[in-house]
Amino acid sequence: MNVAIVKYNAGNIGSVENAVRRLGIEPIVTDCPELICAADRVIFPGQGEAKSTMAYLKAHGLDRVIVDLKQPVLGICIGMQLLCRHSEEYDTECLGVFDVDVKRFQPQVHEDKVPQMGWNTIEDTKTALFSGFEKPEFVYFIHSFYVPKCDFTIATTHYTLPYSSALQKDNFYATQFHPEKSGAVGERILRNFIDLKV
Amino acid sequence: MLAKRIIPCLDIKDGQTVKGTNFVNLRHAGDPIELGKTYSEQGADELVYLDITASHEGRKTFTELVKRIAKEINIPFTVGGGINELKDVDRLLNAGADKVSINSAALRNPGLIDEIARNFGSQVCVVAIDAKCEDDTIHDNGDPNIDGNWVCYINGGRVPTQYNLFDWAKEANERGAGEILFTSMNHDGVKKGFADVALRKLSDSLTIPVIASGGAGTKKHFRDTFLNGHSDAALAASVFHFGEIPIPELKQYLANEGVNVRL
Repeated sequence: MNVAIVKYNAGNIGSVENAVRRLGIEPIVTDCPELICAADRVIFPGQGEAKSTMAYLKAHGLDRVIVDLKQPVLGICIGMQLLCRHSEEYDTECLGVFDVDVKRFQPQVHEDKVPQMGWNTIEDTKTALFSGFEKPEFVYFIHSFYVPKCDFTIATTHYTLPYSSALQKDNFYATQFHPEKSGAVGERILRNFIDLKV
Repeated sequence: MLAKRIIPCLDIKDGQTVKGTNFVNLRHAGDPIELGKTYSEQGADELVYLDITASHEGRKTFTELVKRIAKEINIPFTVGGGINELKDVDRLLNAGADKVSINSAALRNPGLIDEIARNFGSQVCVVAIDAKCEDDTIHDNGDPNIDGNWVCYINGGRVPTQYNLFDWAKEANERGAGEILFTSMNHDGVKKGFADVALRKLSDSLTIPVIASGGAGTKKHFRDTFLNGHSDAALAASVFHFGEIPIPELKQYLANEGVNVRL
């Protein structure tokens, strides 16, 4: 199994690399289009801000590379948001794989702090990414922007409102939470991604 | 619903875990990675590793340790101790830490918070505050209800500053801190509960999460800081290191008491 992790100007990429290694797979972390295209699985991870990461992807030609991928792709956190159409974060045009816009959380009560930081549950999970999930499970989130519920929603989380904590369209999967930091539950999701039937 | 977090804190000196009582008298409490893994398996929500080594050599050892932690631990972890400038933050995040905790350096140079937030995002920036309630009527008896003039200290609680806890926390929040980790020096090591009145004032006035630190002795103290102190997370060391409060038992107790925790 050949796993490529897209290298770009987002943080936290090493955590994903470590998590894939814990599954017994040695991933390649690369911004080389040929290596990304040739991989069996591509992970598009990261933690960061939409405008500067989008600018970097475009400048390095990675925007076209990512949207044209045919193998299973997993976007994580900012990676998921960048796969959407547009983000309210600095009014950024994104990659448009998922035809949905990224919004900023609006606190309803004082307890709704932004960013949402910590463990929250994912519910109504769908697709083989969550195979073996029978009840709501806790996973780790850090984010200020969210994807509303839409046709692509494959997991739902409640924070100020119910929103999409995971998306899927064709070969593209994405999670708002960080499976690489979500303990045993996160490891299971990464394992499920690796084991997806193509 | 977002869960309240339980965070064991591991003080590290020369690659080993130690725990001070009232910032002195260190006792050994295990190997940092084995201990971290054990906590993670028991249901700890995050870990904090604090480097209490002073030397340059010790800093290098700690960075190597952070790399090993990042390889082995599958939950978020924060590192702190001796972070003075942006390049320290860069080094530790590159080694694999999820967040960094800054304390004295932020009080000496508040602009460091803005720099970290701008370069790496607010979510990585935990501002740790050691403060002491210094009113004449206050004694170091660990009463969770004490309140009054809270003075921020630097250099491991040795040197008082001109800063008031609430003013400083608000400023840190506005500058871009992602979380506030407040340790009450009146409560630390006393095991009579967290500084819940002060914590509640902090939590209700800030727009970022507040981590309670200092004073955990019983399971009820955790319940109280979540329900009365409005804390978003609670940090403790010795009650976990010496097995006085097993984490699974603590979380089950909290769930029974109506606190939303990850089980």
